[in-house]
Amino acid sequence: MIQMKNVYKKYPNGIVALNGMNVEIKQGEFVYIVGPSGAGKSTFIKMMYREENPTSGQMLVNGMDLAKIKRKNVPLLRRQIGVVFQDFKLLPRLNVYENVAFALEVIEEKPEAIRKRVLEVLDLVGLKHKARMFPRELSGGEQQRISVARSIVNTPKVVIADEPTGNLDPETSWDIMNLFERINASGTTILMATHNREIVNTMRHRVIAIEGGLIARDEVGGDYGYEG
Amino acid sequence: MPVTKLEVTTDMKARTLARHFRESLKSLGRNGWMTFASVSAVTVTLLLVGVFVLIMMNLNKVAEDLENDVEIKSFVSLEADEATVTQMETAIKGMTGVESVVYSTKEAELQDLVLDFGDEFSLFEQSNPLLDVFYVKATEPQQTENVAKEISQLEGIEEVKYGEGKIEKLFTFLNTGRNVGLVLILALLFTAMFLISNTIRITIVARRHEIEIMKLVGATNWFVRIPFILEGMWLGLLGSIIPIGLVVALYYNITEFAEPKLSGEMIQLLDFAPFIYQVSALILLMGVFIGVWGSFMSIRKFLRV
Repeated sequence: MIQMKNVYKKYPNGIVALNGMNVEIKQGEFVYIVGPSGAGKSTFIKMMYREENPTSGQMLVNGMDLAKIKRKNVPLLRRQIGVVFQDFKLLPRLNVYENVAFALEVIEEKPEAIRKRVLEVLDLVGLKHKARMFPRELSGGEQQRISVARSIVNTPKVVIADEPTGNLDPETSWDIMNLFERINASGTTILMATHNREIVNTMRHRVIAIEGGLIARDEVGGDYGYEG
Repeated sequence: MPVTKLEVTTDMKARTLARHFRESLKSLGRNGWMTFASVSAVTVTLLLVGVFVLIMMNLNKVAEDLENDVEIKSFVSLEADEATVTQMETAIKGMTGVESVVYSTKEAELQDLVLDFGDEFSLFEQSNPLLDVFYVKATEPQQTENVAKEISQLEGIEEVKYGEGKIEKLFTFLNTGRNVGLVLILALLFTAMFLISNTIRITIVARRHEIEIMKLVGATNWFVRIPFILEGMWLGLLGSIIPIGLVVALYYNITEFAEPKLSGEMIQLLDFAPFIYQVSALILLMGVFIGVWGSFMSIRKFLRV
């Protein structure tokens, strides 16, 4: 599913973000990525959808070798991956329905199929009744649910979430987590970078701790392990 | 559900194209003032270009008319008898680069003179001081000089005349005019392209977020690019309407005014049709080109997500 072999990443400014990382994540796993800020979490996440390229080392996602994937085929990789961001990244001038449909329009899906599937995922995140509202009219938790809906609308094999609860209050965070649990239960791999100790300690899953560009700990059912 | 394809296909579905058209038109409306600004820039540029093209093409025409009008006037000496004249005619006709040869006797020459300048010249009918003349036309204006030289060497030719000197000066002048015009047109086109690409860049910066999200959910570069390119095309099309209208009206009036005055002259302006249609098409094409190219250039760096 996802495999990293000796992945090394050095930014042009000289900072080494990943220092020879080895990891394997199987289809259907739920993985928390934890660690202090600046330890390489973001780089690790960004590499999954190829916003960043490894400087050296091999990296496989869904059987595609990211180092060998041609620039023009990057969209194909991204169509198999759903991404959820801390700041939601919804389009302000599109309504809820359009925001979710956008991900399917971009891949030129048929209109009837788009309609059916969008309503399906909006129902799943419990916001079908707000389909015509605009992001600014929704609470943070609702906006994040829309963004989760968008990430899964084209049935990706992996959903990558970069601090999805970072901007939410504890209660709505649990809503989002329950959603991820359900998505994971249907067989989708979830990779989630987080600073939320309570979530990691409560909903136990595999925990990968990254420190100084290396894996400091990799433990199935582990706890958050950091103070605060 | 979408089946994973092995390659990003470039063939676009009709409804996607329709979507791109809708998006580009929406964007024109959303960017109201910026749209107005770039359309104005294109309008001014194309108007100047259009007027330049009118002037240059007509200068060209004038130059051609003058060039084609150059004739070699070869005077036959008095000693030449009829047999020599016939010989000379065949000789001239046989030269390379000769298009036509017309023989005119001195009597006919005098008649022309009388026709042109009045009856006073009929006095000369008593004792005609003129010479018989061959009017020779070269196939190419550039060959005139060589042909003239060759004719002057024939036995029985008294003198050869063709507007030497004056014509060359006129041609140099026209050529300089043409080159200056061309440079000005190019400079104008670059300015307009720069203006358009700036305008579109501003609208792109405003939609960066959107582009980023499009790229992250797996849109291809062309999917992102096409609406912007279409928007550029609209800007160019809108910007070419007024210039086309004005150039057509202007040239219509010029030809209406000049035609009666120039009738029968060797210098003629280009006819209204089809010339003005060609100029209109050129203006339209240039508008579209600067619009499309301007947006193409400005979107490039925003696609590297």
